[in-house]
Amino acid sequence: MANPTNLQYTEEHEWLLVDGDSATVGITAYAAEKLGDVVYVELPKVGSSITAGTVVGEIESTKSVGELYAPVTGTVTEVNDAVVSSPELVNEDPFGAGWLIKVSFSDVPALLDAAAYTALTGE
Amino acid sequence: MTEGEFPHEGVKPIGELMSDSPRYSPLHAVHEALGASFTDFAGFMMPVRYDSDLAEHHAVRTAAGIFDISHMAEISVTGPDAGAFLDYALAGKLSAINIGQAKYSLLLNEAGGIIDDLVVYRLGETHWLVVANAGNRFPAVEALTHRTTGFDVNVMDESDATALIAVQGPNALEILQHTVGLELAADAADRPESTLETLKYYWSLPATFLGNPMLIGRTGYTGEDGFELYVDVQHAAVLWNSLMAAGESRGLVPTGLACRDTLRLEAGMPLYGHELNLTTAPVQAGLGKVVAMSKEGDFVGRTASEKGVSADAPVLVGLVGEGKRAARADYEIYSGDTKVGVITSGALSPTLEYPIAMAFVDPSVSELGTVVDVDIRGTRLPYTVTALPFYSRKKN
Repeated sequence: MANPTNLQYTEEHEWLLVDGDSATVGITAYAAEKLGDVVYVELPKVGSSITAGTVVGEIESTKSVGELYAPVTGTVTEVNDAVVSSPELVNEDPFGAGWLIKVSFSDVPALLDAAAYTALTGE
Repeated sequence: MTEGEFPHEGVKPIGELMSDSPRYSPLHAVHEALGASFTDFAGFMMPVRYDSDLAEHHAVRTAAGIFDISHMAEISVTGPDAGAFLDYALAGKLSAINIGQAKYSLLLNEAGGIIDDLVVYRLGETHWLVVANAGNRFPAVEALTHRTTGFDVNVMDESDATALIAVQGPNALEILQHTVGLELAADAADRPESTLETLKYYWSLPATFLGNPMLIGRTGYTGEDGFELYVDVQHAAVLWNSLMAAGESRGLVPTGLACRDTLRLEAGMPLYGHELNLTTAPVQAGLGKVVAMSKEGDFVGRTASEKGVSADAPVLVGLVGEGKRAARADYEIYSGDTKVGVITSGALSPTLEYPIAMAFVDPSVSELGTVVDVDIRGTRLPYTVTALPFYSRKKN
């Protein structure tokens, strides 16, 4: 699956849809593919503070546990309850319905564009 | 059938859930054409999944799956003393099985630890086939070869020339019966059960594919009915395609190692490197009966096995949890504040839809129904000791 050009990316295989000082966050199709079928998602609580580069959630497949890293420092404003009850959304629509959290942040972090992320994954 | 350690059960950053490998199955091009994802398994690049490992798991339980397990090791043992040699070299009494029969066995070291777990087929009066885990191929060949002293026997590693395809699931029989080019060999007629339909579990029949000799065992590592097909590497891809053609209308899907692991775990089958290793005695893993203490003569590991293990040695148990958070290999188990064991394998069971695990625990908490706490990445969750297997197929 091509990496959408309207998104930005981290080296930890997360994507961000930045809108002003807030962003929607998910994991990339590449990461979802590597994990396999996702069967359990644990996300931070709404209102919690997160620090860029720290683990804030878990995405478990039958075979693996993937850690969700905070891509920015900020506050969680929304979590995707649908993906908690239907974890398969991460595989089915990683860049859409499989989004994980929304965060507000003050500092704009250094992120990758689609071309740089695609080069990183070599696909 | 068993196989070596499955990689990556611990917590890894998503970016590290991948690796490379130098060796390829004779079916590699077939898997690439099917769009498989690959994983390094004992040095082999093997299909981990083709699309969805959950869908593949369910296909094996409800219809059929086809696995490439060509990375496994095939070692032939022939000669006038072959039976006596195997009785000495392995834990079981392999001389006692009938031609065509298969038996699960163990290769022990002098200390009574497990070098490998094996399936052994008797193919003739003086011919046995030992099937070892890919990751233990060389230790197994070395140990067997080393033990030939004084026996008129020939141990030959045929792994590189042999492909192994498993067809597993309730539709497996019908698929083999409709596979073009696959026939039973003429001498199959001499066997007590001379058709695939009547072939019993853990028995085999000689067969041909497009005229080339091969072996069909009613064996597997999934907890379902099914067959394992040993064929020379040159004909592996054609056989795979012929099986796929026969399976097209019978729900057959290509299945990878990810679902193979969840299938064997549900069936309560041990995996070398997880439940079995060099320092664990068979009796601790519930495999005491695999060691034939009553057979006459010496065998490697006999003295240590007779001595037994201490009363407080950890024992293998099944565990079930609630919710969706799976205990995984190496997670610690507690009773109150005391550490009482460690998980060896665990997953959210695709069939049962709750977490299942196998674990070595202190005998004091091994009674069925005992509740222990598993530390799941910092959170302690209750798990209950349960009888194995977690899943048994309905028998006709």
